[in-house]
Amino acid sequence: MNARRMLYGALPVITLIVMWETVTRLNPALRRFLPPFSLVVEELFHMTVSGVLLNNLVSSLLRVIIGFSLGSALGIAVGILMGYSKIMYEMLNPIVTFLYPIPALGWLPLLMIWIGVGEMLPIAIIFICSFFPTAYTTATGVRTVDKRLVRAAETLGASQINVLKTVVLPLALPAIFTGLRLEAGMGWRVIVAAEMVAIPTGIGALFMQAESLIRIDIILACLLVLAVMCFLFEKIFQHLEARVCRWVKTYGQG
Amino acid sequence: MVRVELRHVSNRYILRDVNLTIGDGELLALLGPSGAGKTTLLNVIAGITDYEGSVLFDGVSVENKPASKRNVGYVFQDLALFPHLNVFSNIAYGLKMKKMSPIEVERKVNELLALMKIEHLRERYPSEISGGESQRVALARALSISPSILLLDEPLNNLDHSIRRYLRREIRRVQRRLNVTTLFVTHDVEEAEEVGDRVAVIVGGRIRQIGTFEEVFSNPADEEVADLLGSQNVWECSECRHIWGELYEVNCNGVKVIVVSEDGAPKRIAIPANGVYIYGDEPDGSHMNTFKGIVSEVLPPSSTTARVKVNVGENALIAELSEEIFNKSNLWVGREVFLKLKLKLIRAYG
Repeated sequence: MNARRMLYGALPVITLIVMWETVTRLNPALRRFLPPFSLVVEELFHMTVSGVLLNNLVSSLLRVIIGFSLGSALGIAVGILMGYSKIMYEMLNPIVTFLYPIPALGWLPLLMIWIGVGEMLPIAIIFICSFFPTAYTTATGVRTVDKRLVRAAETLGASQINVLKTVVLPLALPAIFTGLRLEAGMGWRVIVAAEMVAIPTGIGALFMQAESLIRIDIILACLLVLAVMCFLFEKIFQHLEARVCRWVKTYGQG
Repeated sequence: MVRVELRHVSNRYILRDVNLTIGDGELLALLGPSGAGKTTLLNVIAGITDYEGSVLFDGVSVENKPASKRNVGYVFQDLALFPHLNVFSNIAYGLKMKKMSPIEVERKVNELLALMKIEHLRERYPSEISGGESQRVALARALSISPSILLLDEPLNNLDHSIRRYLRREIRRVQRRLNVTTLFVTHDVEEAEEVGDRVAVIVGGRIRQIGTFEEVFSNPADEEVADLLGSQNVWECSECRHIWGELYEVNCNGVKVIVVSEDGAPKRIAIPANGVYIYGDEPDGSHMNTFKGIVSEVLPPSSTTARVKVNVGENALIAELSEEIFNKSNLWVGREVFLKLKLKLIRAYG
């Protein structure tokens, strides 16, 4: 069953690659706009061997990890406060709901003036892009925990802090993870855009250099790398979620 | 275990000056219709809702104690098992909150798993077990903290009839074995009768009557209590003939009634007013439990129902009619009518 599913998933991809390769090989004029798949793979190999890809990828990866970790950690903390305390919710909710819809890149001009063009800039952008959505989904997750379960925990002797630790947070985890998973992918999209606009290193900068040299093979190779990174991040969070929220798998089916 | 008293308990939603004592180790069935304040009363004892008045455990007021300090075992109506914890961890939850050592937790949970006969469910999650099994887990979890009082809020709702009967007996068995003071909320008269040492009837946020089921059933305090218990028409049986299986023919002051009894020969039968049908002419079909009678009293419709009192031989029978049927029936005092008793609704008591 699993093999068949994999085959169904792989079949269109393989078809696409074969078509891409065949069409571009048969029409040399097309190669100026779309090099054959084999050339893209070849370029990817060169970039990997020469270390260019790794250097830029590590720069981007570190920025994503630092910005995303800080932003989501603070987002989760603020979200828990908002979800658990009515007063905090009433105080912070207007700010979060007001700032949450602003596209992360919308902050770029302001941040360039405030903190300058440097290593802190992409980290700050990722921080913002992770913080608001995580705070929002965490607060929603905490607030939607069934109050009857909270009462059950209280009658069993749980203090407020224990109710939070043992009931509210574990039950809010699926919502928190959904937020984190979405924001991790978003982090990659934002970092590339920020690097394209303002930073000389990273995958985004590599894109820009390739664009100025009209090296479509490099651009496509970078796109492949990006797709793989987003996919990996998504899978890592999926795996973590499945481990931490084992109960969700069966919940609702009983 | 403790004696629990409620003194002049009221709250802003439903409860009105409730006074109630549940004896040490007693199982008191709290019977009432929907919206009577049964769950609110349990929440008051558990300390999870606001109220005025006092709640005393063994004579000591618990007003200043939050829910987490009252040591109350509560089986919620929907059970409220933690979906993220397996059966073992659900039962162990209260013990861990009490900071019991892991060895002690393991021992106590195993004991409860055995007591509730659910050892095989240990690793399962609540979504992976049946309704009856969930009920046992919830009961085990409530008992785990060795509660001062056990509160059961219609725990057998939504279960099949046969499972209900079985679990009812199980609850009784466990309660007797542990001798834990228990308040069992139900809207099912049969359940209240079978489970409770005594029965308290609550209607409209007030306790209307407390006593043994026998006392309350035989002498309902008012019409609403009688309605709730279905004891508007209680007839004593002088003779009884076994027909077949659970079917009996009983003689009540010369009127012979066919009844179903699961507990052997009945000594008394109760016919709820809504189980009596009135006809102007002799009804068609089976004549089982069909009698001739004379209307002795007509009470005009109040809200949506009307009541008619009919004399059948030496027995009086109250029938409840919808306003629509009452208006069509043209009933007056002294009119001869035919009565048909709905077999399913007649309750027999041994």
